[in-house]
Amino acid sequence: MMHANEFHSLVYSFTFYFFGLVAIASALAFVTRKSPVAAAIWLVNVMFSLAALYVMLDAQFIGAMQVLVYTGAIMVLFLFVIMLLNLGHPSELADARGKWGYVLALFVGLVMLAEVMALTRDNTVDRMIPPGLAATAAAPTTGGIIGPIAAPLFTEYLFAFELTSVLLLAAIVGAVVLGKRRTDAR
Amino acid sequence: MLVESLALSAVLFTIGVIGVLTRRNAIIIFMCVELMLNAVNLSFVALSKLHGAAGQVFVVFTMTVAAAEAAVGLAIIIAIFRHTQTVNLQNINILKG
Amino acid sequence: MIPAMTPEGAHPLAATAARLVWLLPLLPLLGFLLNGTLAMLGVAKTGPADPSAAHDAHDSGHGHDAAHDDHAPTRHKYAALVSLIGPGVLIAAFGVAVACFLAMRSVDMEHPYIVTLYQWMPVGDLTIGATLHLDQLSMVMVLVVTGVGALIHVFSVGYMQDDPGYPRYFAYLNLFIFFMLVLVLGGSYPVLFVGWEGVGLCSYLLIGFWFSEKVNADAGKKAFIVNRIGDFGFLVAMFLMFANLGALDFVPVAAKAAELPMGGIVVTAICLFMFLGCAGKSAQIPLYVWLPDAMAGPTPVSALIHAATMVTAGVYLIARSATLFSMAPTAQLVVALIGALTAFLAATIGLKQWDIKKVLAYSTVSQLGFMFVAVGVGSYVAGIFHLVTHSFFKALLFLGSGSVIYAMHAAYHATHKHDDAQDMRNMGGLRRHLPITCYLMWIATLAIAGIPLFSGFFSKDEILSSVFARAHGSTIADATLFGVHGSTILMVIYGLGIASALMTAIYMMRMMLYTFHGPNRTGEAERPHLAEAPWVMTGPLVVLGVLSLVGGWLNVPALLSGIGPVGVLDHWLEPVVGEASLRTTLGAAPHLPHQTELVLVGVAIAIAVAGIAFAVWRLKPAALVPKKDAVPTEGFVRVLENKYFVDEGYDKAFVQPTLGISRAVLWKGLDNGIIDGLFVNGSALLARAIGWMGSQLQTGQVGTYAWVLLIGVITILGAFTFR
Repeated sequence: MMHANEFHSLVYSFTFYFFGLVAIASALAFVTRKSPVAAAIWLVNVMFSLAALYVMLDAQFIGAMQVLVYTGAIMVLFLFVIMLLNLGHPSELADARGKWGYVLALFVGLVMLAEVMALTRDNTVDRMIPPGLAATAAAPTTGGIIGPIAAPLFTEYLFAFELTSVLLLAAIVGAVVLGKRRTDAR
Repeated sequence: MLVESLALSAVLFTIGVIGVLTRRNAIIIFMCVELMLNAVNLSFVALSKLHGAAGQVFVVFTMTVAAAEAAVGLAIIIAIFRHTQTVNLQNINILKG
Repeated sequence: MIPAMTPEGAHPLAATAARLVWLLPLLPLLGFLLNGTLAMLGVAKTGPADPSAAHDAHDSGHGHDAAHDDHAPTRHKYAALVSLIGPGVLIAAFGVAVACFLAMRSVDMEHPYIVTLYQWMPVGDLTIGATLHLDQLSMVMVLVVTGVGALIHVFSVGYMQDDPGYPRYFAYLNLFIFFMLVLVLGGSYPVLFVGWEGVGLCSYLLIGFWFSEKVNADAGKKAFIVNRIGDFGFLVAMFLMFANLGALDFVPVAAKAAELPMGGIVVTAICLFMFLGCAGKSAQIPLYVWLPDAMAGPTPVSALIHAATMVTAGVYLIARSATLFSMAPTAQLVVALIGALTAFLAATIGLKQWDIKKVLAYSTVSQLGFMFVAVGVGSYVAGIFHLVTHSFFKALLFLGSGSVIYAMHAAYHATHKHDDAQDMRNMGGLRRHLPITCYLMWIATLAIAGIPLFSGFFSKDEILSSVFARAHGSTIADATLFGVHGSTILMVIYGLGIASALMTAIYMMRMMLYTFHGPNRTGEAERPHLAEAPWVMTGPLVVLGVLSLVGGWLNVPALLSGIGPVGVLDHWLEPVVGEASLRTTLGAAPHLPHQTELVLVGVAIAIAVAGIAFAVWRLKPAALVPKKDAVPTEGFVRVLENKYFVDEGYDKAFVQPTLGISRAVLWKGLDNGIIDGLFVNGSALLARAIGWMGSQLQTGQVGTYAWVLLIGVITILGAFTFR
């Protein structure tokens, strides 16, 4: 939405920050739940917020895909497995690692955050981008919303696309084999 | 919005890392990894707004790989659970030495 | 001085038989190799012969030599061959020496004849060749070494005939002669040092010949270690010589030394360090303690090494370095003073020793002191003269005592008694049983006491006269030592010399009285078995007896010019040491007024006679009892008998602290603690620790690996951030 209107941009900013904060709060909640089911639900919430953000960043297809694939398939799969293994009860899952473990993990995380933030400040990001990409950004977009994604996907990145399908095949076979109940002797 | 998106992505990624370090339940750790992947996706999408559609294409791939990985990983966790009746990673240390 | 082998004209000796001088060291070396091979051939199949097989293990334990034993004689398989080779090479070497001597007499020898066999050590500025240096002085020494050596080899054929180590003995003896010849024929200080060290080694091997007795092995060790201390001094002297004079060959060193300032610190230091080496090798204070213990070796060894040849190497060295010493009067004073003190001290100890070989050992130390007095005051000819005559009568005395001990052992062997065969208290009245030995030893005793016309009289009198003469009008008299004037010290030295001569006469008479005269204390059963040794042993004694009689004619003093040619040795050695002697006496030949000379000679004769008379008057051989019945002595006599407890003193002062430090610091501290503990065990511990630290990372838990991964990520990100 390319409105130059101040009001619109204000609404835009507000919405952006709103969803951002929801994402962070949900993520924090997710990380601190004792029950895996609760944690999974919070993660779903994070993903919804991220989908909204994708849409706001002009990646509507990605946003839709996020909801369909990530939230609708992957998280559901997680919940299936949790239920299958009957791990939903919080009482069995005490994981006190000791106070110092949390403090250290927090510290290490903050250090990494600081480093990453520092890296985004200077133009390290710009220097890491291959030169040909700017041309793509300026190319006229055809095919509506999906066009700019589909065209490179099936032309430039075709090889990666095919490989991904092989990967999926391998994953399917692997999941089936690993998940199979062994009926023979242990 | 780029800087805020990248900052948000970094924060989410960090939360995911802290979760991996702190939790002991295998499935929750796995979900933290998914959170990290999501954060990276956000980063890609934010940058693609500036530098072209390649970022979004890559997000497609990331999601695909995440799906495959989730499937296989959960299958592994099921297999481990069948063997040791627990998903507490502290007790799974056969590689010790 | 021009080196002898200049391209323009070779040395006159090169055309004569003297060009075979290289044969002189080679022959004994050949003997060593052959005898050594024979010694090893015998053991190839059967294993080494136990030296104690020829040695009674029940001895009283102070290092006896045993020519006989309870067991049947075990003559070595190759003994006949060795008896030919061992003495044979020596007699051949003596023949070559005589040929060289005759050649030297036929040419005009102003410069030494130097033969370079090969380049031994060409290193940068320093070039040491394997050179042989033949001049009048080395000729004298070679004749003494090969002549007396040959006689002793022949004696040994009889003495050691039943020893299972017979070839080994002759191998070592030949090796010793080889090294001694290298010592006296060497053309530079390093080559001399090779011989120096070599004779020390052979001395160790031969003293400890019957090494299965710990006492003998200890004696050999002591000799070698004490010698080593002296060798350190010699080495330092050589270093100083090279650093300051730039040369190590005898001829260049003498030339350069003459250019240094007289009495300078450099020359004095070189001479003093060299004297330290001589003190070790020639048993002077403070390094004489090894010589009495060295009597643990076979008696012919004592005769050859510790009387005639090895211990005289120090005197030879100083005579060879005459120019150096004449440039350092203070050092000369030190040498003469220590010589005199040693002569005096050893004589006092010799007065109260009961072992016949120990008496002779202390006598040797005392006579060596006389020789050092002579070369110390710059009278090199007198020193060498006494060296020659001393080798004659001392070798005779030792070999004679060997005969006596041989007879005593035979007697004890026959009656299976285990008394001490070397203690004079067990002897007595042997004149009736060993007449030839007795009379020959009388000749030697009169010679050493200084009775006129025997050889010792001439040499000893010359030494004392030269000390007296240099007390006025010499560089030494003008020098000072610790503030005392040189002339005073020289008079003190003269006094000590007279006193030592007196005591020499006394203790030698004592030895003769207790051994050969008076009643026999050996025992009723043994007496019939006491008999003279076979001719192979008494033959050399006779030759030495003749030499002790006539040896004095080598250097008749001008005072007694009627009896023979005056100063033969003086003239002979004049090209070598004449200049240095004159430097000491300020350019003029030392001249005493006729009256004074007569008085000095009279005093010397009076002393000798007085000593003999005193001994005959006061010493009662009849009052002695055999050793096993002897009562312990007390008081000053006990101190003398125990040689002033010097060995015990050295033990407490040096040996025990060194052992203590070795044990506590070096062994426990350094070896066990640091090297074993810190380096060996420590590095093992370190490896274990690092390994343990590494293994702690392998917990088998995914969480740990996640941590490690994250640390790595942060590190890499940090590298980017802080670049």
